[in-house]
Amino acid sequence: MSAVATPPPPTAPAAVPAWRLLATLGFAGALAGGLIVTVFRATLPRIEAHRAEVMEAAVREVLHQPARWDTLYLVDGALTSAPAPDVDRRRLERTFLGYTDQGALVGAAVTAGEPGFSDVITVMFGIEPATGRLLGMTILGHKETPGLGDKIEQPPFTPQFDGAEVPLRGVKAAPKPPHEVQTITGATISSRTVVTIVNHAAARWQPLVQAYLQGVGP
Amino acid sequence: MTAPPTTMTVDDFLRGVWRENPVVVQMLGLCPTLAVTNTVANGLAMAAATAFVLLGSNLLVSLLKKLIPHEVRITSYVLIIATFVTLADMLLEAAVPAVHKQLGPFVALIVVNCMILGRAESFASRNGPGRSLLDAMGTATGFTLVLLLLSGVRELLGSGTLLGIDILGTRFEPWVIMVLPPGGFLTLGVVMLLIGWRAERRASPATAGGAR
Repeated sequence: MSAVATPPPPTAPAAVPAWRLLATLGFAGALAGGLIVTVFRATLPRIEAHRAEVMEAAVREVLHQPARWDTLYLVDGALTSAPAPDVDRRRLERTFLGYTDQGALVGAAVTAGEPGFSDVITVMFGIEPATGRLLGMTILGHKETPGLGDKIEQPPFTPQFDGAEVPLRGVKAAPKPPHEVQTITGATISSRTVVTIVNHAAARWQPLVQAYLQGVGP
Repeated sequence: MTAPPTTMTVDDFLRGVWRENPVVVQMLGLCPTLAVTNTVANGLAMAAATAFVLLGSNLLVSLLKKLIPHEVRITSYVLIIATFVTLADMLLEAAVPAVHKQLGPFVALIVVNCMILGRAESFASRNGPGRSLLDAMGTATGFTLVLLLLSGVRELLGSGTLLGIDILGTRFEPWVIMVLPPGGFLTLGVVMLLIGWRAERRASPATAGGAR
C-alpha cells in the first residue's frame, strides 16, 4: 500500500438526486404538452375554416363560378354523394361537380398532387367529364423555388389550362392548342410536374365521374 | 470572473443589435438567414416568429433557472424552445396562413436555431427576467435587421421588387441566382466583407493612437 496520502477529492457540487431530474423533465414535458394542446385546440377551428375557404375559392375558380356544387366521395372505387355515416368523410378522396343555376353540369373539380422539384405540388383543376376539356387550374400548395418554380401559380402559366384538353404535353416554346402548354423557363421540372399531375388525375377521375353521371342518369 | 450587473442596462439591448449581432458577428442562426431571405415578406415573418420564440424562451429560462437542475438544463431549454416554436407555428397558420405557407418547414426549424439556445444558455440562465427580455429584444432586433438587409437586396436584385411591389420595372432582367440558395451565400458574404472591412478601417487608426 502506498504511503503517499492521496489528496481529498475536490468537493463536488451536491449531486442532484435522479428523481429530481426525472421530476423536472416530466413536469416540463407535461406543461409543454398541455400548452401545445391548448393552443392547438384554440387555433384548429380557424385553421380548418381557412382551409375550407381556400378549397371553396379554388372550386369557384376552376369551375368558373358555378351556381352550386355537389361533393362526391370516392368509396371502394366508385363515387358517391352519400358515404356511409360511420366513415370519416375528411379521410376520403373527393371531387366536386359544379352546376349552372339551370342545373346543367359545368364540370368536375379534381384535386391531385405529385412530387415536384422541392416537395409535393397540389393542384385543383376543372374538367368536363365528357370531353376532357379543362376549365381551369389552380395550385393549392407547393414549396417550389421562390422566383422560379413558384411561377407555376401565376399567369402566363395558369391561364393556359383554361380550354386545353387532356392529354396535355408540356413544350418549351410555341405551344399548339389544345393539347400543348408552354413550360416555364428555369422551372421546367415544376411546370412539367403540373402537366403530369393533371394528366394522371384526369385519366383517373374522368372515368369515375362519367360512371357516376351514368349511374344517376341525365 | 466579475459579477455581472444585476440591473437592466441599455447595453443589454444594444449588444445584440450591433456589437454581438447574432448573424454577422456571432455567425449564429445562419440556416434561416440563408434560407428564407429570398423575399422581404418571408424575412419579416421569419424574424417575427424567431423574436416570439426568443422572447418567450429567454423569459421562461430566466424565470425557471433556479428550478432546473444543471444536468438537464439543455434538455429543458430545448423543450421550452420547441414548445414556443410549435405555438408560433400554429399561431402563424391561424393568423396569417399565406405567410405560413410561404415559410414552409422553416418555422419548425427555428427549434435548431443556435442563436436561441445560445441566448438561453449564455444569458437567460444567468440573469434575471428583465435583463433576459432586453437581451432577447436586442438579439431579435439584430436578427431582424440582418434579415431585412439580406432579403431586401435579394428580392430587389432577384425579382426587381420590394415587398412584392415592382421597383426596377419591366426592363430589369432579374438576377435569378439571387433568390436561389447561392444568392443567400453571396449576399451574406458581401455583407460580412463590408462589415469586416469597416471594422478593420476603424481599428487601424485606433491601435496606432493607442486609444479605444
